[in-house]
Amino acid sequence: MSTAAATLRTNATNLRRLVPDWVWMLVFLALALLYPYILDQVMTAPADLLDASITTLAFIIMALGLNIVVGFAGLLDLGYVAFYAIGAFVIGWLGSQQFDSVNGGKGIHILTPVKSAFGSDVPGIHVNFFFVIFIAAGFTALWGVILGAPTLRLRGDYLAIVTLAFGEIVPRVFENSTSGIFGIGHTDFSNGRQGITPIDKINLPWTTSTFNSLELKPFYYVALGMVLLVIFFNVRVRDSRLGRAWIAVREDEVAAAAMGVNLVRTKLWAYALGAALGGFAGAFLGTYTNTVNVDQFDFGFSVFILAMVIIGGMGNIWGVILGAVALSMMNRYGLKQLNGLPDKFGLDFDITAINFGIFGFFLLVMMVLRPEGILPSGRRRLELREAEIDPTDHIGPASDHELYETRQER
Amino acid sequence: MTEQAQQVEPASSGNGGGPLLQASNVSKIFGGLVAVNDVSFTVPQRAIVSLIGPNGAGKTTFFNCMTGLYRPTTGRVVLDGRDITAKRPDLVTKAGVARTFQNIKLFRTMTSIENVQVGMHGHLRSRLTGMVLHTRFNRREERESYEKARELLRFVGLRRHNEMAMNLPYGDQRRLEIARALASEPRLLLLDEPTAGMNPQESEELRKLMEILRSERGLSVLLIEHDMKVVMNVSDRVTVLDHGEKIAEGTPEEVRANPRVIEAYLGSQA
Repeated sequence: MSTAAATLRTNATNLRRLVPDWVWMLVFLALALLYPYILDQVMTAPADLLDASITTLAFIIMALGLNIVVGFAGLLDLGYVAFYAIGAFVIGWLGSQQFDSVNGGKGIHILTPVKSAFGSDVPGIHVNFFFVIFIAAGFTALWGVILGAPTLRLRGDYLAIVTLAFGEIVPRVFENSTSGIFGIGHTDFSNGRQGITPIDKINLPWTTSTFNSLELKPFYYVALGMVLLVIFFNVRVRDSRLGRAWIAVREDEVAAAAMGVNLVRTKLWAYALGAALGGFAGAFLGTYTNTVNVDQFDFGFSVFILAMVIIGGMGNIWGVILGAVALSMMNRYGLKQLNGLPDKFGLDFDITAINFGIFGFFLLVMMVLRPEGILPSGRRRLELREAEIDPTDHIGPASDHELYETRQER
Repeated sequence: MTEQAQQVEPASSGNGGGPLLQASNVSKIFGGLVAVNDVSFTVPQRAIVSLIGPNGAGKTTFFNCMTGLYRPTTGRVVLDGRDITAKRPDLVTKAGVARTFQNIKLFRTMTSIENVQVGMHGHLRSRLTGMVLHTRFNRREERESYEKARELLRFVGLRRHNEMAMNLPYGDQRRLEIARALASEPRLLLLDEPTAGMNPQESEELRKLMEILRSERGLSVLLIEHDMKVVMNVSDRVTVLDHGEKIAEGTPEEVRANPRVIEAYLGSQA
């Protein structure tokens, strides 16, 4: 590294040390709170950027959820989109006219407007958004456990393959649930490829007026509130006995088990909590995009979220947030800048069509140059850079998977 | 602390006078290889027992059978009247057996204190709501586990409490492993070659530590060891394994004089 860069880094570190952490947090919080108004001041048409920011906030929640599974517990999950799908469908079921024959066509309303704008009855189930997000989180957590349980004995590549398959299976199940789900009953759960639309807009529980898509600030603040809640949750869990157990399992499963850590329970907690956050954000995106459609839930989305976690810095909450913001904004604006590029080389295609290829490329570059991510957690950096520090320091065999026979039974 | 005491209570009320650990006819077969062959073995209460034998004799395999990492092919392992044969490792640990590893298996990027706190995992009772909301119970438990971890580290003589495990010198890593094992409040401590790589002075400190564990904490220690000086000084009883079979058992003096043991170590004088 050049001395100039080193000096710069030292200066930056000094600046960071100069001010206590909680001051930084307050500064960031104030910026986040004022952000929509700042946009109003500095931009003539801020709606597009605000819209991108709201989506980014939802992606931050998902990245933080995946970070629990991948970053804390060290379980590679390539099917995270499944939990987005489940969460989105929960709000599709509990916040639309999908089940229009329920309650004799009059519908069920829980703290939502009973009459439409034209004064007619609204059929279907309509539960207030602020309940639905928690129901969605709980429901996806359950599915996190159900999908996680069969993978407990797998490691590395095999775990990745199975989770990848789950990520494909879940949306297909929804797509084909037009006449009962899992072949049970005849209710239409998904409208097939059309998807469920429209989805109820958010309304505060004590009012009947809903948010509308022309005024995005309320959506922004709801999403920001959800993000803050999730950050708080993540920090607390990371510093708890469960967080310690996750790191222990990631570092050495055999030793963790021999120290009294129940591997099954610890891993299932990671799957459940990671999935819950996917459902939490998925329900929000369902109402925000006003549609729940299986086309949204493709494999590329799983990779997109995983890339946020890896590029940002696995295991570090703040790094993952940074990664989510960077990738989400790049997806929205950065790639457009490159749009003329294929033309110059005499090629004829749209660069946004290969966005996941580009993210894959970034991922590769990161793996070579800085495998621990932009803003890594201290532990992860040590794990990944260990070989460079002192190759002779490694004590004992690299793996003793077969050492452990009775690990995950009963 | 009271909760932890209750945890241990049912185990100790099993049978007062009998042996702490009883392994009967334990065999472990990998494919065609008989690693442990029909070994019976007891560890009395408050005893230090050594398991010795040439390399490849099956000592560590036997350890693994007793701590739940391996499922014995045949045989039973009973801890204080409770059958722990092929129980999950974390349940064996909860029942009161803790161990260290021949090739140190610390959580390398966790600090000494965190390592020890993981050792207490099975005794901590905080629930998710407690962890997230920092309930009074959770705060007290975290504080107590932290204090207890520091106490254990002082007990084994480790001063660098906030150092990452991978940065500790070798002898300290061995010490930390013992502290981590003690954190689960075991009644039987299994040490797999604890003095490997230690200098004579460190070995002597470890020997003293084992004596203290027995006299002050009432633990039994089962030791795999190659350093005969340590074995002969510290052990009440010595068991010798060779080719997976028990070839001798008795006091250190008896074992030292046993012709089969001499043959196993030095080869037969044909």
